[in-house]
Amino acid sequence: MSIRTDNWEQVQATAEAALTPAIVEYIAQCRQSCEPASHLIGVLHKVQSHFGYLGREQLDAVAQLLQVPAAKVAGVASFYHFFRLQPRGQFIINVCLGTACYVKGADRVAQKVMDELGITWGETTKDGIFTLEGSRCLGTCGLAPVIMVGNEVHGNVTPDQVPVILDKYLEKARKGSAA
Amino acid sequence: MNTPIQQNFLNLAARAQQALQQRANGHRIVIQVGSATCEHAAGSNEVLEEFRKHVAASQREDILLRQTGCTGRCSREPIVGVMIPGQMPVKYERVNRQMVHEIFTTHIQKGTPLLKHILDGPVEKVARYELLVCGSARCGWRGQKLRGPLGEKLQAAGLGPDEVRVTAASCFGACGADSAGVSTHILVRPDKVLYRVQNDADLDEVIREHLVGGRIVERLRVKAEPVSQEFFELYGDVAFFNRQNRIALRHNGVIDPNSIEEYFHYQGFLALAKALQHQPDWVVDEVTKSNLRGRGGGGYPTGQKWRMGAEAKDPVRYLICNADEGDPGAFMDRSMLESDPFNVVEGMLIGGYAIGAQRGFFYIRAEYPLAVERIENAIRQCREYGLLGKKILGSDFDFDLEIRLGAGAFVCGEETALIHSIEGERGQPRVRPPFPTQSGLWGKPTVINNVETFANVPVIIQFGADWFRRIGTAQSGGTKVFALAGKVTHTGLVEVPMGTTLQEVVQEIGGGSPGGKQIKAVQTGGPAGGCIPAKWLDLRIDYDTLNKAGSIMGSGGMIVLDESDCMVDIAKFFVKFSEDESCGKCTPCREGTKRMAEILDRITTGQGTLEDLDRLERLARLIKKSSLCGLGRAAPNPVLSTLEHFREEYLAHVTQQRCPAKRCVALVRYEINEPKCVGCTVCAKNCPVECISGARREPHVIDQLRCIKCGRCFEVCRFNAVNRL
Ligand SMILES: Cc1cc2nc3c(=O)[nH]c(=O)nc-3n(C[C@H](O)[C@H](O)[C@H](O)COP(=O)(O)O)c2cc1C
Ligand code: SF4
Ligand code: SF4
Ligand code: SF4
Ligand code: FES
Ligand code: FES
Repeated sequence: MSIRTDNWEQVQATAEAALTPAIVEYIAQCRQSCEPASHLIGVLHKVQSHFGYLGREQLDAVAQLLQVPAAKVAGVASFYHFFRLQPRGQFIINVCLGTACYVKGADRVAQKVMDELGITWGETTKDGIFTLEGSRCLGTCGLAPVIMVGNEVHGNVTPDQVPVILDKYLEKARKGSAA
Repeated sequence: MNTPIQQNFLNLAARAQQALQQRANGHRIVIQVGSATCEHAAGSNEVLEEFRKHVAASQREDILLRQTGCTGRCSREPIVGVMIPGQMPVKYERVNRQMVHEIFTTHIQKGTPLLKHILDGPVEKVARYELLVCGSARCGWRGQKLRGPLGEKLQAAGLGPDEVRVTAASCFGACGADSAGVSTHILVRPDKVLYRVQNDADLDEVIREHLVGGRIVERLRVKAEPVSQEFFELYGDVAFFNRQNRIALRHNGVIDPNSIEEYFHYQGFLALAKALQHQPDWVVDEVTKSNLRGRGGGGYPTGQKWRMGAEAKDPVRYLICNADEGDPGAFMDRSMLESDPFNVVEGMLIGGYAIGAQRGFFYIRAEYPLAVERIENAIRQCREYGLLGKKILGSDFDFDLEIRLGAGAFVCGEETALIHSIEGERGQPRVRPPFPTQSGLWGKPTVINNVETFANVPVIIQFGADWFRRIGTAQSGGTKVFALAGKVTHTGLVEVPMGTTLQEVVQEIGGGSPGGKQIKAVQTGGPAGGCIPAKWLDLRIDYDTLNKAGSIMGSGGMIVLDESDCMVDIAKFFVKFSEDESCGKCTPCREGTKRMAEILDRITTGQGTLEDLDRLERLARLIKKSSLCGLGRAAPNPVLSTLEHFREEYLAHVTQQRCPAKRCVALVRYEINEPKCVGCTVCAKNCPVECISGARREPHVIDQLRCIKCGRCFEVCRFNAVNRL
């Protein structure tokens, strides 16, 4: 069942323009399945992994193409901690705040990151390179304390190692923008 | 004669075997590198790459480089195994690029193992043979007491410790009803031969024929390969592992998680074929008889849950694997999904058949991308082999699997919230009943089980319910995997039979606390659990005993706390966790966790009163009674258990404004001990607020008013001149 208004073509075009062809295609596949609406979270994951966050336009587009009320899309996007509604930096620094890391001094590692970058939880550095986030458990508790930068996990981190680790990504960011 | 199902299974197994042989063509030496989130974090990808370069450069064609999952031994990773035929398999720990070069040139090219880098080493010599003697109480003849006489016999035969090493092992899983009490099992490494000996004559024969003469004693050999044999053949020399009972984790670190062919090789899908040749009822009965209880935390008997699903009125049914693994400090589910994905898939196939489901779902947390990738791959390969889809193995059973991702909400581990999340809704729980087995996903009967629960199903079907039940206690069969972490020497995944004592896990396997500090408590069950004081370490681990001690089994997180951990602070940590994760649907949990956190904040900053303690306790009991779902009902557990066992620590905070563990920042003070200070200026340079003054070579002083108590000076002073008070 879908609700198609008179200006559907126009709505569809706007929605598709806000996403990527791959995501539009994925949504079309979901529409074919038995329970299209149940794929909402999966679609939002795809959008976030491409855009880095869930913008207003993208949320509206998902609502239209998946034919789910916009209020529900917004409700789901804001309920789950994993979804971001604001743009983030190029590298997400995820400090594990799980139990194993906590008892091994994750708070001091986090403090060092904050001191080095001058940002606190959820904030992004002015140059747009780093965003600091906390996470529940990265599943590598044996290496506690653990931080994840981008997709890379660093284990047994001491506060002293923080600047070295950050430099590595700064370097990457610099090379990336030069290229 | 084979049934058609059996024949179809054998055909697939043969196809897998053929594919495997082609791949292994002519390879004699095997190098295996771990590959899992933890292994990657430790740098295993670079190690693999380096080996690849070395193998290519050597132009040797007899070396097979392969990947396995992880053994759950994060602190020693990357772990690399080198297997040369006829020699003891050698595992190296914390391998880096330089070591790759050394391992390759010395061990692989010249055949000399690098003793100093051996896992849990260093060792002085790799013995020619190693005898792993089952020391479990279930193994009968002399059991634990065999090692002494065995040593004497070896001595008499002229076999010194350099020749033959004798090690006590835990159960291999070979103990059938017929052998219990009358025989002991001995595994001979590296020959992969398992003996069942009953008397001195048997033992003498093994020594004379096998160890001296090099001839296998077929008469005493156990023909059917028991559940953990492969694991012990590879890792049996490592103390951390050989005290364990590897059943759910039997393939971790042994098998290539991306290859269905290897899974077949390790008797994969044998249990599925067996189940499909029986009625679904038989499967439910077996699981019921096995005494398997849910490993996700609640400990609900799995057979009973499956029975309810199988007897539901609606024929459209669903099966869900709960891989949300929310306990911050537990990672066994991740390890199983990453290292042995086909085993969990097989468990789900059997479960789907038992309850008559047509579709199954993996609900995996988004923080585990590699687990998602490996399960996706496993599902794809199973479809290719016709193990998912229509008429599986020629039976009338149709079943398929899908993956759904979580999105970082702890409450989604709760069954009804999880169902909402799969439906694409906000993950909020609802009132039960109706229970999911009556009305679950899209209103249909739904059975939800944890990853580890499913991981145990294939072995139950393969080796029998009786065998499984005997491992464990009268109330619960089998083993439990714990994620041992915190203030303990050896961290990692530990799988032990139900009924093992905390002492054995923490001290004997975990090696106790590093640096000789006193262990204060063991936290189990994560945010829903509690702290068990050290004086109760002889507690036998089971669902009911842990409950009585004020904690829970939970999903298996086990955090060791020592004298430098403040119990009030730990309680605050968990309460804040629950506060953050409360979905907000019901008031006791939403508001109650907030108020508990406020009171704990006051206490840890020295502003708490005695009345606060009473208030906290009353509030905790109220929340426990009146919350809607398990999150709220369990959130007070960390508070109640610490109040009960560590009340004096709370009292020190409120009556003396003192934190005995010196952990609560507001209650500690840093001072420089004048006579000890040599004036090296290191502390002053490191102080973030520059509140330390003093001339070079003169005693330094901290300005207490400006000090933010970060503890930097305490850490950096190499002369122990900074005191934490
Ligand atoms: C707040 C909350 C979180 C939970 N998290 C998990 C989890 O991460 N993994 C899990 O398997 N079970 C979790 N459970 C337990 C499940 O609700 C459920 O009991 C379990 O998955 C059933 O499987 P089992 O019988 O095999 O243990 C959680 C329960 C609650 C109340
Ligand atoms: S107890 Fe907490 S998590 Fe559970 S429904 Fe109530 S508010 Fe939500
Ligand atoms: S505790 Fe921190 S702020 Fe205080 S004196 Fe030491 S270094 Fe400076
Ligand atoms: S680091 Fe220690 S010895 Fe050096 S000035 Fe500071 S207190 Fe004195
Ligand atoms: S607690 Fe930090 S990785 Fe698990
Ligand atoms: S008790 Fe010895 S093999 Fe099981």
